[in-house]
Amino acid sequence: MKKLRKTLIMLLLVALLVAACGGEEAEIVVEEAEVVVEEAEVVEEAEVVEPAEPFLVAVVMPSAITDLAFSQSMYDALIAIQEERGADNFEIVYSESMFVVDDAAAAIRDYASQGYDLVIAHGSQYGSSLQEIAPDFLETSFAWGTTVDTFGMPNVFAYEAKSEEGGYVNGVMAAMLSKSGVIGVVGPIETGDAKLYVDGFAVGVAATNADAKVNTNWIGSFSDVALASEAAQTHIGAGADVLTGTAQMVVGAIGVAEENDALWFGTQSSQTSLASSIVVANQVYHWEVVLKQMIELIEGGTYGGQYYEITLVNGGLEVEFNADYALPDDVKAAAEAAIDGIVDGSVTIFP
Amino acid sequence: MIEQLFTKAVLVGILSSGIRLATPYLYASMGETFSQRSGVLNLGVEGQMLLGAFAAFYISFTTGNLWLGMLAAIITGLLMGLAMAFISINLQAVQGISGIGFYLFGLGMSDLLFQKLLGTVETVSGFRPVYIPWLSDIPIIGEIFFNQNILVYGAYFLVFAAWFVLNKTTLGLKIKAVGESPQAADSLGVSVSKVRYFAVAFGGIMSGIAGASLSIALLNVFQQNMTSGLGFIAIALVYFGGWRPLAVMGGALLFSMVNSLQLWVQVLNIPIPSDFAVMMPYVLTILALIVSVQRVRPPSALTKPFERGH
Amino acid sequence: MERWLRSESVSKLVDVLLPIFAALAALAFGALMLIILGANPLEAFSALIDGAFGSTNALADTVVKATPLLLIGLGICISFRGNVINLGGEGQMIIGALMATALGLAFPDWPGILMIPMAMLAGFLGGAIWGGIPGALKAYFNASELLSTIMMNAIAVQLMNFLLSGPMIDPVQASKASKIPQTARLAKVFDLPRLVPTRLHLGAFIAVVLAFLVYILLWRTTLGYRIRAVGQNPRASRYAGIDVKKQIVLALFLSGAFAGLAGAIQVFGVNHRMITDGSATGFTGNAGFNGIVAALFGQLHPLGTIPAAFLFGALLVGANKLQRAVQVPSALITALNGLVVVFVVSSDIWRRRREQKRLIEATVEQKQEELLSSHTAEAEDKQ
Repeated sequence: MKKLRKTLIMLLLVALLVAACGGEEAEIVVEEAEVVVEEAEVVEEAEVVEPAEPFLVAVVMPSAITDLAFSQSMYDALIAIQEERGADNFEIVYSESMFVVDDAAAAIRDYASQGYDLVIAHGSQYGSSLQEIAPDFLETSFAWGTTVDTFGMPNVFAYEAKSEEGGYVNGVMAAMLSKSGVIGVVGPIETGDAKLYVDGFAVGVAATNADAKVNTNWIGSFSDVALASEAAQTHIGAGADVLTGTAQMVVGAIGVAEENDALWFGTQSSQTSLASSIVVANQVYHWEVVLKQMIELIEGGTYGGQYYEITLVNGGLEVEFNADYALPDDVKAAAEAAIDGIVDGSVTIFP
Repeated sequence: MIEQLFTKAVLVGILSSGIRLATPYLYASMGETFSQRSGVLNLGVEGQMLLGAFAAFYISFTTGNLWLGMLAAIITGLLMGLAMAFISINLQAVQGISGIGFYLFGLGMSDLLFQKLLGTVETVSGFRPVYIPWLSDIPIIGEIFFNQNILVYGAYFLVFAAWFVLNKTTLGLKIKAVGESPQAADSLGVSVSKVRYFAVAFGGIMSGIAGASLSIALLNVFQQNMTSGLGFIAIALVYFGGWRPLAVMGGALLFSMVNSLQLWVQVLNIPIPSDFAVMMPYVLTILALIVSVQRVRPPSALTKPFERGH
Repeated sequence: MERWLRSESVSKLVDVLLPIFAALAALAFGALMLIILGANPLEAFSALIDGAFGSTNALADTVVKATPLLLIGLGICISFRGNVINLGGEGQMIIGALMATALGLAFPDWPGILMIPMAMLAGFLGGAIWGGIPGALKAYFNASELLSTIMMNAIAVQLMNFLLSGPMIDPVQASKASKIPQTARLAKVFDLPRLVPTRLHLGAFIAVVLAFLVYILLWRTTLGYRIRAVGQNPRASRYAGIDVKKQIVLALFLSGAFAGLAGAIQVFGVNHRMITDGSATGFTGNAGFNGIVAALFGQLHPLGTIPAAFLFGALLVGANKLQRAVQVPSALITALNGLVVVFVVSSDIWRRRREQKRLIEATVEQKQEELLSSHTAEAEDKQ
């Protein structure tokens, strides 16, 4: 016992020593990185040319990067840009599952003080934290979504998704494809882009078939897969033969749809892989469309003050048809007409 | 609108849904009943469920064999159960906290393995509803009770098996004795730690199967944190049922039926705000608790580690 | 050297350090997992320490994180000592926060010096009611408080969702299509004052002061005595004339009150508004459960809970930095968190064995002295 005690105390001291040394190294590395970034910015202001130093992006997200929905869509977009520009030229770091606001605030501040070029706060709940932190780091560009508020600050971008657009198009198709005239929706809680999507969907259905019924179930959680699955069962029981839904727990609902040969419309990312026989179309988010615009501005010396929306017009939203599903021509035509209508402004979803 | 709730189709839907939804709760709470009856509180059920769910899913996904997946879930649950038993019985750790530690570990580990081994959400072809000749054809009753998959039937069989073991066998007697007065049991020659080890290991296996019932039978998918609090509700149901298997089943059914009811309330557009609809099962469980004033006590030795002479 | 190692103060020191050794052992496991994931454990753990203690901002973050843990832990000390299990910290924190926020929104023109104490009181009361209900259910209906507190948590979350997307929603949001369920930002004068230009707010000091007050309550007042008496031996307490039912309700009432206060402080000191993502953890950060762990690490003693909450807060904050620094999935952090809890709680057995040994040694010594003195007395008598 005495020997054990001695060895334990020795171990503790060694561990502390090692950690202390390691800590110093980390600090030195950070300082070097900051110096490098400053040099890069000086170069850019002299000549607006491809930067020699890599572009550093940090993103803070409220859920996991594998959630098949909100956070994944942003992460996938960043990866897409990285593939274009090359990993040496474009570095990404992320903080996922930051559902607690002050953890996110600590992360945002940390990234900013480490000299990242763009810090993305991918969650509407991060607004107040951003308001506090951004003024302290005027050389860093911040992006906040999903919202249109930049707080009037010169180094904050805002971005939003007009999810109601794809919702509308999906709704048009759903109304035409439903034989029973009953359509079911499974949602998490009634807010944000989930609400926009579902509202747009309902308008799309009503515009196409006034007699069709849209039943909506807000299950009260983003993660309860079992409940989402039962919600889908309930819809099937009520006669629905077309279903749609949003957020990561819908994987449960999709499974139920497949079992009952009901059709599925997806949003936020492509859900075709889960049930390729019944998924008709997905509204896919392409955040990279607006991210690239922000990056261009940043490289040109403007760090914020603009807000962006991903829409069908700018290609940030795309209605992706599932090639494995035999979509009747008239339905496809109606969908494309709806898309055109939204793009040229002849269709207004929310009056 | 509210009268639509009482149509045949809807009522059949609610009952059949409720029976199905109750399945994971039943496995988990039967296991926990055994564990608590022997005197060990296991708050880590949810963690065991998640690891079991992942094990079952991953093995089924890679081998294509659902029964191998079940085996994986059982082994995972067993290992976690043994670990919990060791920590609670041999190391006599405070059971409330160790359980929470296991929960966090299971939550994180299952998520980590999911991200590293699967990477993205996949589906399996899970256990399908089993058609029982003649029984499944009975109108209404057949639809509700006899159109479920094998794990659902297993859960209800388990309840009756648990009742039988606890009340009609010597093993059950030993478990109860060890949970009520371990000193007396010990003096009569019953190995307190062996019985507790068994009960806790059994609880772990049941939690593993509960997880499997979600990932390869009911939902056919694995997602991080897919149980979303289910394990804790299952533990609460053990208290609700006064540590008696049949009463616990009653609680699980009540909870699940009301959950399924609230889904229908929303679908039928009955004007209750969705947040209140979601509250319904929880409120009703509390009300049921009040109404069924019970004179039951928890097992006297619950959470108390056993040492001779204390 | 031997003598020194065996002395009592060193012995007590080792007792205190034991949980830390256990945590290190868990982290050693974590290092293994990091290596498997392709990350450098040294880099990871130095990030952990840096994130928790490495700068004034980091220390501030640690204390801010520890504050709700301490407050909820204090409530747990009270309830567990009264032998009542309160798993409802999450819900009580939410309800307390809602009450305090509602007050702040209803009277935006009040001076800060009036609003802040009143809001704290509102939070205290809100949580107290939410805890008192399960307390009453246990006392008068023998309904398990473990069950009812878990149910009340879920109900609180839905209530929060309802209020924040309906009656309490920010008018700015209400006019938009997307309707983010958040309240308006509270008036700036309501922000809890910050003593250093970091995120460290007054709430942390309130919590520490309360810890001392709880200590006084539990050990120096009749109320506290009664709570503890009922906790240790309800039957004897009843014979002694203590109203056991009232004490049970009181224990949960107070326990919930502290959680509610934690919620109010979280809103007024950190977030300055309430926003929901549909879950409890989005607001509480699991403080309801972590607070229980902190209290138990502090041996259910209010003063012990202070360092326990601080260290636990450090672990949580540092772990986030670890995740950022080596880009491992946050799931690893959760699993690590769990391992630390399991290891630390398991290490307690050594402390208890050592305590038993000390007790036996002390008794043996005492007996020897008695024998010696009686021998000497006999010898003297004979002479």
